[in-house]
Amino acid sequence: MNNAEIDRQWTTRLRRRVEGKLPPEKLLPDTQPSYVASWIYVFGVATLASLGVVIATGCILALRGPQWWHGSPYGHFVNSLHLWSVEIFFFTMVIHLWGKFAMAAWRGGRTLTWMTGVITFLTSIAAAFTGYASQSNFDSQWITTQAKDGINATGAGAYFNVLNLGQMLMWHIVLLPIAAVLLTALHVLMVRIKGVVPPFEDSASPARESLPVSE
Amino acid sequence: MAFLFSIAALVPLNSKGHYIHWHFIDISVANLIVIVLIVVTFIAALLAPFPGRRRRKESHE
Repeated sequence: MNNAEIDRQWTTRLRRRVEGKLPPEKLLPDTQPSYVASWIYVFGVATLASLGVVIATGCILALRGPQWWHGSPYGHFVNSLHLWSVEIFFFTMVIHLWGKFAMAAWRGGRTLTWMTGVITFLTSIAAAFTGYASQSNFDSQWITTQAKDGINATGAGAYFNVLNLGQMLMWHIVLLPIAAVLLTALHVLMVRIKGVVPPFEDSASPARESLPVSE
Repeated sequence: MAFLFSIAALVPLNSKGHYIHWHFIDISVANLIVIVLIVVTFIAALLAPFPGRRRRKESHE
């Protein structure tokens, strides 16, 4: 195989494109701009950390099953960790959203970063609602009987039946977590490619000092 | 374990929920507390000094 043929391969072209867009020093940088040293920039990574706890506790709940999370002290504990990590996830994500909205974080060609964040937020809400429907207790029965009227009013009830526990559980533990994690990964990659959005007063001046991440 | 139960007893979660009604607004006290906490945390995140920010700037000047 000669060089021209190698250059035409889709794997070669894809690798070069990825290397160009996201070299290792950009994917895992040593420094961040000085304006990142503010509490408002902490909430994105706090959302990521809580998502990690949500996924980890969800995996433990899936391993042990409803009898365990309803009927044993450790099951109650992990179930509560799952609930409270979701609470912190949305708490920090809302502050992250407000902060980025105030910064107009879609500036500087960051439209895809903003939109992946929006879709991740909506996907997370769907994941949380199907979680309410998947508790397998009287609370979930009450919630789903109330929710069915709203869903049916949209016309989606024939395809998305909140009274169908099996369907809601599959959405909650398979489809929506996969979507949320993939979208989050894409969102973080977009942040790495485009960089953290600068404050308004700094966006006009391209030359900014960079500070080590570890300090 | 008894210690954990004593902490849990501080917030009785099995009682009837409390709601605030004001015109068309109808919200549970629990949800209102969470929203207030988010607003307070957001304002604090904007105003609170970040640890070491001054030191970082001085060391790079």
